[in-house]
Amino acid sequence: MTQLSVILSLPAALTSGGNISAGETALFWVLAPLMVFGALGLLFARKAVHAALGIVLVMISLAFLYTAQEAPFLGVVQVVVYTGAVMMLFLFVLMLVGVDNSDSLVETLKGQRWIGAILGVGTAAVLIGVIRTATLDQAKGLTSANADSNPVGVARVIFGQDIFAFEVVGVLLITAALGALVLTHRQRLVPRVGQKERADARIAAGGGLAPLAAPGVYARSNALDTPALDPEGRPIEESVPRVLRIRGQRRSATEVQAQIGGTAAVDPAQIEEGSQP
Amino acid sequence: MPILRLLELAPAQQQAASGFFQSSAWLLVAIPLLSAAFLLLAGKRADRWGHWVGVAASGLAFLFGLGVTVSLLGDDAATRVRSLHLFSWIPAGSLHLDAGMRLDPLSLTFVLLVTFVGTLIHVYSVAYMEQDPSRRRFFAYLNFFIAAMLLLVLADSYLLLFVGWEGVGLASYLLIGFWNHETPNAVAAKKAFVMNRVGDLGLIVALMLMFATFGAVDFTTVFHGAPAASTGLLTATGLMLLLAACGKSAQFPLQAWLGDAMAGPTPVSALIHAATMVTAGVYLVVRSAPIFEGAPTAQLVVVIVGGVTLIFGAIVGLAKDDIKKALAASTTSQIGYMILAAGLGPVGYALAIFHLVTHGFFKAGLFLGAGSVMHGMDDQVDMRRFGALRKFLPFTWATFALGWLAILGIPPFSGFWSKDKIIEAAFVGDGWRPWVFGLVALIGAGITAFYMSRLFFMTYHGTERWTNDQHPHESPRLMTVPMIVLAVGSAAVGGLLSIGGAFTIWLEPVTGHHEHGEPVLSVPVITVATLALVLAGVFFAWRQYAVSTVPTTPPLASGMTRAARRDLYQDEVNEAVFMRPGQYLTRSLVYADRRVLDAGVNGLGRLVAASGEVLRRLQNGFARTYAATMVAGLLILLVVVLVFQS
Amino acid sequence: MNLSNYLVLASLLFAIGTATVLLRRNAIIVFMGVELMLNAANLLLVTFARIHGDLQGQVMAFFVMVVAAAEVVVGLAIIVSIFRTRRSASVDDVNLLKS
Repeated sequence: MTQLSVILSLPAALTSGGNISAGETALFWVLAPLMVFGALGLLFARKAVHAALGIVLVMISLAFLYTAQEAPFLGVVQVVVYTGAVMMLFLFVLMLVGVDNSDSLVETLKGQRWIGAILGVGTAAVLIGVIRTATLDQAKGLTSANADSNPVGVARVIFGQDIFAFEVVGVLLITAALGALVLTHRQRLVPRVGQKERADARIAAGGGLAPLAAPGVYARSNALDTPALDPEGRPIEESVPRVLRIRGQRRSATEVQAQIGGTAAVDPAQIEEGSQP
Repeated sequence: MPILRLLELAPAQQQAASGFFQSSAWLLVAIPLLSAAFLLLAGKRADRWGHWVGVAASGLAFLFGLGVTVSLLGDDAATRVRSLHLFSWIPAGSLHLDAGMRLDPLSLTFVLLVTFVGTLIHVYSVAYMEQDPSRRRFFAYLNFFIAAMLLLVLADSYLLLFVGWEGVGLASYLLIGFWNHETPNAVAAKKAFVMNRVGDLGLIVALMLMFATFGAVDFTTVFHGAPAASTGLLTATGLMLLLAACGKSAQFPLQAWLGDAMAGPTPVSALIHAATMVTAGVYLVVRSAPIFEGAPTAQLVVVIVGGVTLIFGAIVGLAKDDIKKALAASTTSQIGYMILAAGLGPVGYALAIFHLVTHGFFKAGLFLGAGSVMHGMDDQVDMRRFGALRKFLPFTWATFALGWLAILGIPPFSGFWSKDKIIEAAFVGDGWRPWVFGLVALIGAGITAFYMSRLFFMTYHGTERWTNDQHPHESPRLMTVPMIVLAVGSAAVGGLLSIGGAFTIWLEPVTGHHEHGEPVLSVPVITVATLALVLAGVFFAWRQYAVSTVPTTPPLASGMTRAARRDLYQDEVNEAVFMRPGQYLTRSLVYADRRVLDAGVNGLGRLVAASGEVLRRLQNGFARTYAATMVAGLLILLVVVLVFQS
Repeated sequence: MNLSNYLVLASLLFAIGTATVLLRRNAIIVFMGVELMLNAANLLLVTFARIHGDLQGQVMAFFVMVVAAAEVVVGLAIIVSIFRTRRSASVDDVNLLKS
């Protein structure tokens, strides 16, 4: 609660009416280059995840700017909805598609690079030119509109003037959710492999009837590189992570025996030389 | 200055048809037409009796025509031009044309001639076409011809006449090419039709000129307005009508088709190409008398054409060995006489029609006789293979002889009364004209006598020159009886109709009454000269063809004879002057069409397709290209909006 | 400094987002570029709300966020399902509308 009130009182500190305080100026000039940098990162990053990070940077900076512009409600919504939900959705899909999926830098369409560059620069030029040559009203500021605090003011507009749009947007969200379900629905093409089917397949492949032991039953130590020993004293390979096995950092059974003491049913020396089952 | 004829009366003064026969005169056309339709549609089951239906239709038409004539004879001479209104035909803007019939002496003369000779030939064809499986179709076409010809002569406007004109042309085509499984027959039919078409063009242009000048094409309006129209227009119209007449009547320069038209069955040659259809041109010229009288130049051209044709036909007839082709050349020549007479003006109209009637009888009789000879000689037509047939075909010989004497102009047979009067009339006039025209007609008569006698002697006298398998026999009764009737007509009609100038008086409502001019040579001199030339011609022919042996193969001859055998090279001339340039024109037009127009249109199509190909590359399927296009469009739009705002 | 600096910053971010959409092939990164564009628009809206003294701008930005969230859900679902069938997340591979 207190955090919220701090946040809500920030705009008052940053601005009064349409005037721009020095704090806001500083905020702007710090965030604006960062945002441009993040956007360019989206444009030029090789890996998709880097691009996603760039846009996340942009969005959070935007939340700051909204708050500075006497729109704290919108700033919070930006973080919660946009950055928190939408961008996370993007990241999930990225993971689904393939995180290390990277675009090659070679452009397949002829001249598309030039066209893209020209059009991008052209868009920026036209829009900035319009802004520069336009004369804007003297900023009125939202002090009066935010008299009952910004969320209340926004709520008044939404549930007052734009109530119909609000309802429609609700319907839209439901439709979108349903649409996503429908679009990603997969027909079952092969029969469902349940437990019985799995067990049958294992038996048919020649596996054992009994399930594997629970983790820790045969473990001799907490250490990753120490293999578990089966009832005969043979080390169980699968108990050591594959990476360690490949690197040759697995402890041998002899060391294990020495450490734990006790006798084994089988002579450890034989175990290491003989072939493992 | 001819006295105003009844046909130049103002429209309001025309008499309407009255009485049963006159008001039902349309039946004259309807009965043969329905019969033709019935025969064509009846199918094979009508094969055994269909021809009698055809004969009956033609006979009925004759009896009906007789009825109309009698009813007209009962009227006063001054009221003998009747019009029968049938229905309103073309109400189109300024042209209000009604279909109707004009019943006057001229049209009824033709009606009687066509139906009488037609019926006789129908009867003849029953026996002549006995072996032919398509006999029913033949009679259908013959009936159709009768219907069309009657429509032609009974029409009261040039346009309705044109309908009949085209109908007889069609009938001629169908009948010449009746045995069209033989290609030469089909080619001959096509040639006849195409040359007729050239003549039809003349009639169409004349129709257009009439409409432009008088605002109407019916006889009443045109003839009433003719005296007031300009000479130039009348001359042009007259020349166009003459062109039409030349096409239909096989006059120079459109005479090349008649010889080939002999490829049709002989009854067809007798009816269409001797007695009736080819005389339609003469009918047209005589009917259009008011137009020609306003255009003396056109009249002169008519006379010249007639004169040239009669000599042309006579020369060609001298060298032909095919009996039918010789008779065809004779037809061309005789019609030349009629055209010459018609071009002489009012003094010659009645003579032209009179000769037309007598010619109808004797020429049809001659053709039927030729058919009878062919029937007996197994369809042989080469006269060099005939000879001494008198004993074997006595009836045919007798009827043929009467026709021969008639065409020669030996008194008292028909030809004497009609042809000699024409020669006399040709000698009437001032300056060089009577001498030139009269001498031409006179000499033509002499040549006619020679070649007709040649034909007669080669066929019936002299020595037998038959091929080995010929068994000449007389024709059956159904063939000989019509020939006998026609022979009697050839002998008697001329004399009978000349008593008291009956025929001329009968035609006066149409041709007008006028005094005969005096010929430059006195009448007895002309008569004696004609007879002398004729007898000389007969004598020379008798000496060469009856007494001496006639070689069975054409002997080597002088250039003139060779030219005459080749129809005075008429086909070569036609080909060189008309056919080849026409073909070149057609080919160059096709070439232009393909290379220029089609290339242009196709090129346009190809251009569009190619540009589509190019534009297609924009749709490369990549989303980023489309995104780039969108952003670019957006930018351009922004810039434009900004520029136009400031 | 005046408030137009915020506007300039927003335009710049928007332009970089556009360039990302046009130049990157990975579908997810393109999507992130779209998100960047939306965020830039939000900043613009908030700044103008401050200039006009009217909370309407903030409300609009709020709705933009909600809609963007819905859009991301559906868009990522599509990318996932395409990836499942084609095993590729490249934008250039969906070019079947090529003519």
